[in-house]
Amino acid sequence: MIAHAIFFYTFSIIAVVSAIMVTASKNTVHSVFFLILDFISISCLFIMIGAEFLGMIMLIVYVGAVAVLFLFVVMMLNVAQQKNQWFVGQQSSRHIPIGLVISTLIFFEIIIVIGGWKFKPEIFDINNSISQASISNTHSLGKILYTDYIHVFQISGMILLVAMVGAIVLTFRQRSGVKRQSYIKQISRERAEGVEVLEVQSNKGVKLDD
Amino acid sequence: MEYLSLVFQEVYKILFLLVPVLVSVAMIVWLDRRVWAFVQKRQGPNVVGPFGLLQSLADALKYIFKEIIIPSSSNKVIFILAPIVTMTLALIAWAVIPFSATQVLADINVGILYLFAVSSLGVYGIIMGGWASNSKYPFLGAIRSAAQMVSYEVSIGVIIINVLLCVGSLNLNDIVIAQQNMWFVIPLFPMFVIFFISALAETNRPPFDLPEAEAELVAGYQTEYSGMMYAMFWLGEYANILLMCAMGAILFLGGWMSPIDVYPFTLVPSAIWLILKILLLFILFALVKAIVPRYRYDQLMRLGWKVFLPLSLIWVVLTASYLFYFNLLPMN
Repeated sequence: MIAHAIFFYTFSIIAVVSAIMVTASKNTVHSVFFLILDFISISCLFIMIGAEFLGMIMLIVYVGAVAVLFLFVVMMLNVAQQKNQWFVGQQSSRHIPIGLVISTLIFFEIIIVIGGWKFKPEIFDINNSISQASISNTHSLGKILYTDYIHVFQISGMILLVAMVGAIVLTFRQRSGVKRQSYIKQISRERAEGVEVLEVQSNKGVKLDD
Repeated sequence: MEYLSLVFQEVYKILFLLVPVLVSVAMIVWLDRRVWAFVQKRQGPNVVGPFGLLQSLADALKYIFKEIIIPSSSNKVIFILAPIVTMTLALIAWAVIPFSATQVLADINVGILYLFAVSSLGVYGIIMGGWASNSKYPFLGAIRSAAQMVSYEVSIGVIIINVLLCVGSLNLNDIVIAQQNMWFVIPLFPMFVIFFISALAETNRPPFDLPEAEAELVAGYQTEYSGMMYAMFWLGEYANILLMCAMGAILFLGGWMSPIDVYPFTLVPSAIWLILKILLLFILFALVKAIVPRYRYDQLMRLGWKVFLPLSLIWVVLTASYLFYFNLLPMN
């Protein structure tokens, strides 16, 4: 139990500190690196409560793909040198009330959820199949996701697909005057199309482009 | 006290796994160079030790005694962290590789997801190194590798789904045991080919070594590195290649199982079979390096997104419908 507690507090302290550092660090690229550290420690916490599938998916999706693209964009935009002057700047202080309102709201939501879960567990109809010890985490998640919540699952997939198509449609531009290579055209070229053997008469030469 | 002995036991097990891995990484570098030389009708490293076997050791000694230069305008913390991240990620993945039904350090339920996650984290070492160097060539290499590794990860993920459909479990030992009657390389042969090519791209091997293309980018993300830090990148890269070979062997070539389940073959320890399969795949890796020219970047992206991804998705549908129609879906 002691080892469990030590690991839990280590990971949660790392998670909280790195979450604070995401907003507080002055270099944007450092912020993304702290975000990655945050994701990793949260996935460790997931694994510690026995949700190994969620933890691994967190690593694969957020750390392995989403954060890489974040880093990619942040590096490409060259905002690395731009100072994050949240705590000192005059400009950003106008946004502090909005941030405060939102964070207070989120705080109270969390209080309500955790408090309710703690003192009135019966109002949360937890499906028991997710916490069965006999089958593995992945199996029980799949069983719930593909039976009770299949419509929600399909709809969320459709939303993602629509978002992807929308993003492509919005950014795709058919530019004219661009030379495109078609490798099928290139490799299906016959010798006769490319090379012509001519009888060259002396002192007359060959006329090339006609 | 009980905890302490438990910890020591685990540390002992980990060392017993990692030291052979590191030694075999050194040997594999030598093998890579020899195969490469063999294809090009050269000798390759043959001076240090018998057949040049100790060449990697000599190289490592040279790297250790060289000065580590940290560029003055670099981001020092991340610059030093980058090779450490690469090396660590390449080594921690070996925890779940099963060498036999019982010889596995961590027999976790989601072994294949763990392998996939760790191999997808491998891109961070490269990005960190490229960005922290604060120089143009490493930066370009890092950007290239970020896009490349994310793209090919997608198709590797879909290929893993193919195998999982046939197995019905994410545990690596279950995956190996499911291949008792037939290795998955036979029914899923196209997936094996795509996996092999994606593994080449995922480990930045030729013909997909654009992040370190020496003709354009000096040495890509490693340009500013020297001494031991360069050697760590180099070791991490080869450990990753070995890991990808091990993943291919487990997913498609029956892992630690002997090819035929008859008397003389079953005497050989199962770890030997796994090592032989890894070696076979690695020699293929080395041959590809020797005989294939480097891809252009747009061709690389086209191959990943427009060819491999649709193909492997179609194959998922095919596998799933076949298994469903003939009622072969693994249930438990």
